[in-house]
Amino acid sequence: MLFQEVSQAAPYVSLVPWVVFLPVAGLLINLLIGKRLGEAGAGIIASLASGGAFVVAALLAVSLAGSPEPKSVPFLDWITVGTLNINWAFRVDTLSVTMMLLVAGVGTLIHIYAIGYMHQDTRHNGDPGRFTRFFVYLNLFIASMMILVSADNYLMLFVGWEGVGLCSYLLIGFWFEKGKAGTANAKAAKKAFVVNRVGDFGLLIALFLLFWWFGTFQFDGVFSQVGEVPQAVVMAITLFMLLGVAGKSAQIPLYVWLPDAMAGPTPVSALIHAATMVTAGVYLVARSNQLYAAAPAAQSAVMWVGALTALLAGLIALGQFDIKRVLAFSTISQLGFMVAAVGMGAYVAGMFHLTTHAFFKALLFLSAGSVILGMERGQELAYGGHGSNDHGSVKESHKDGVEGTAHGGPAGHDDFDPQDMRNMGGLRKRMPVTFWVYLIGALALAGIAPLSGFFSKDEILAAALETNAAVLVILILAAFLTAFYMGRQIFMVFFGPTRTRAAGLTGENNPVITVPLIILAVLSFFGGALNLPGMHTMGSWLEHTIAGALETEFMPTLAIAALVVALVGLFLAWMIYGRRPASRPAAADPLYARMTSGFNVLTNQFGIDQAYNTIFIGGYRVLANFLAHPVDQGLIDGAVNGLARLQSAIAQLLRQLQNGFVRSYALILVIGVVAILSYLIFIPR
Amino acid sequence: MIPVSYYLGLSAVLFALGILGVLLRRNPLVLFMSLELMFNAGNLAFVTFARMYGDLAGQLVVFFVMTVAAAEVAVGLALIVAIFRSKHTIDLDEVNSLKG
Repeated sequence: MLFQEVSQAAPYVSLVPWVVFLPVAGLLINLLIGKRLGEAGAGIIASLASGGAFVVAALLAVSLAGSPEPKSVPFLDWITVGTLNINWAFRVDTLSVTMMLLVAGVGTLIHIYAIGYMHQDTRHNGDPGRFTRFFVYLNLFIASMMILVSADNYLMLFVGWEGVGLCSYLLIGFWFEKGKAGTANAKAAKKAFVVNRVGDFGLLIALFLLFWWFGTFQFDGVFSQVGEVPQAVVMAITLFMLLGVAGKSAQIPLYVWLPDAMAGPTPVSALIHAATMVTAGVYLVARSNQLYAAAPAAQSAVMWVGALTALLAGLIALGQFDIKRVLAFSTISQLGFMVAAVGMGAYVAGMFHLTTHAFFKALLFLSAGSVILGMERGQELAYGGHGSNDHGSVKESHKDGVEGTAHGGPAGHDDFDPQDMRNMGGLRKRMPVTFWVYLIGALALAGIAPLSGFFSKDEILAAALETNAAVLVILILAAFLTAFYMGRQIFMVFFGPTRTRAAGLTGENNPVITVPLIILAVLSFFGGALNLPGMHTMGSWLEHTIAGALETEFMPTLAIAALVVALVGLFLAWMIYGRRPASRPAAADPLYARMTSGFNVLTNQFGIDQAYNTIFIGGYRVLANFLAHPVDQGLIDGAVNGLARLQSAIAQLLRQLQNGFVRSYALILVIGVVAILSYLIFIPR
Repeated sequence: MIPVSYYLGLSAVLFALGILGVLLRRNPLVLFMSLELMFNAGNLAFVTFARMYGDLAGQLVVFFVMTVAAAEVAVGLALIVAIFRSKHTIDLDEVNSLKG
């Protein structure tokens, strides 16, 4: 696409580099003078940078509404080697602009929320100086994600892919010296990075194959040549790409990093691990739809991976007690829905669910963060807290006048976990705004009409009905589990008696935290309007980029059936958790009484994490030990040391010649002369 | 006449005895005497060959050898005196401080 054509047809399209560079500017300003700007200043700069990116994305959407064909804005020449020509060019089409709007929009709300959250969090953890660094990393993430979604070729996409992986590592390990034994957070960050690396290995192999067989990384170039490449090669490329998707979007077998990633601050979990980074895999498959269309076996592999992940994660979520962990497994499960959708060819359904999921999952995580903040404040008031030495600021952020100086009492209950749902209860009355937005988010996730989740999930189920009945059954089961564990969570956290003193002392948070929640709640409620059955706004919007997406009719029977399943799930949750709620934190989970050891299996995540530990980490350790001791110390050191010893022995031998006795020197002289003379005389010439 | 090989044989025997003396005696004075014996053995060989081939150059070399021997003995005796001054012994086996 020529630059002149571009700028005449759609005037705002040339602004697209700003979606990347506004966050970069924000992070540079915060990096250089952030400390001097103070907390409010740093937070505002970061939010403005993200908000600016949103405005640019909105302008791009407006331009595209007028002329929706895909456009490409070249930026700079990067690699030119022989026939290989890789540029950094920005691709402006309906799919990438959808992602940009999502990332920047939800991102900006999370930035604003994070100003309030990190203000309290840095004080609870005793280190206010970290505030600026957090926003630098957040802006870096937005910039990398924008590079990913606006890339014109697979290599630039990979640059963004790696960038978001890096930011994920930096942000998960934000409190790098905290966590169990002082290393748990750092270990979680390392685990995320390493598992992602395994996925990246798959993606890299796919990229190498792409280059070898297609000769180019550019999307248009690749897709125009799909017919000329042997089908086996396309199958290999798409299967390796699936490995990359499994790593980044936390599918089987590489989902194990996401639950541990909850060690990061809650805004991180909301932004990266719910709304944006983990959706990069779904975006990749949607973008590569022409490759997958040429390899139907690979596409059905994608579908099965998604469906099985949705079911497995839904089961595991039932047995978790940490409020964020339930949401983490819920995210894995919902990503399974999205991946299954794009695996069936229903790209519009997948992207629609991606958008609505971003709304209500970010809402849920941020509200969970609000709950956690309340619990931490209650913990400080009830037990004297731990490590918090700035009690003045805790009082400042109180809204409803819960009085208190920290008691000088017992040295804090250090094993009190403010995130454990068994320590909560009855928060409905103490944190009303949080309760209502959480309820909206949970209902949207469970798929209750007319909230957004109902429409998006229903489209996926309709596509499954047309594609594969077994997958439909699995997805409906997963939907049932979703409703059940969300109901469980609502009843355990907000209803029933307050189970601990800390829970009894929570209070609502200030507007910096609650207003983004309310905005997201509105989006979750009305987000279904993006692609209502019959109007299919998003469907026709994405049609311009993804030709031939699986179009499904709205099936009222299936919709009603899904709704009934969700309601049954919620009802069962009420029966088990709502009617006779537990009153002590140590009480066994009511589901345990019915399932006994089965429940423990769920809590232990089916032992998969431990299995990975034993097989891969343990195996690697055995190999490393073997190579370190017998091989390195024995063989290699032995060889080098042996050479030195040999040298020493020879020297010792020769030293005996130099004994200081003149007569022996004379003897050697004589021997030498005799030898030479006898050679000269007796050897014939 | 006495065959030439007898002279050469004598020269060889004298030379060998001289070498043995140099290698086996510890007193430097005796060592120098053995050295002189080796020189004279060489002289005898040179003179014999001069007579054998009728070339007087052999006899001239003898003059050179004698001169060099004299000079060398002078230096050697000075060395012995110097060693005695520092070590108060001239036993050659005691002169081993270059042992390494």
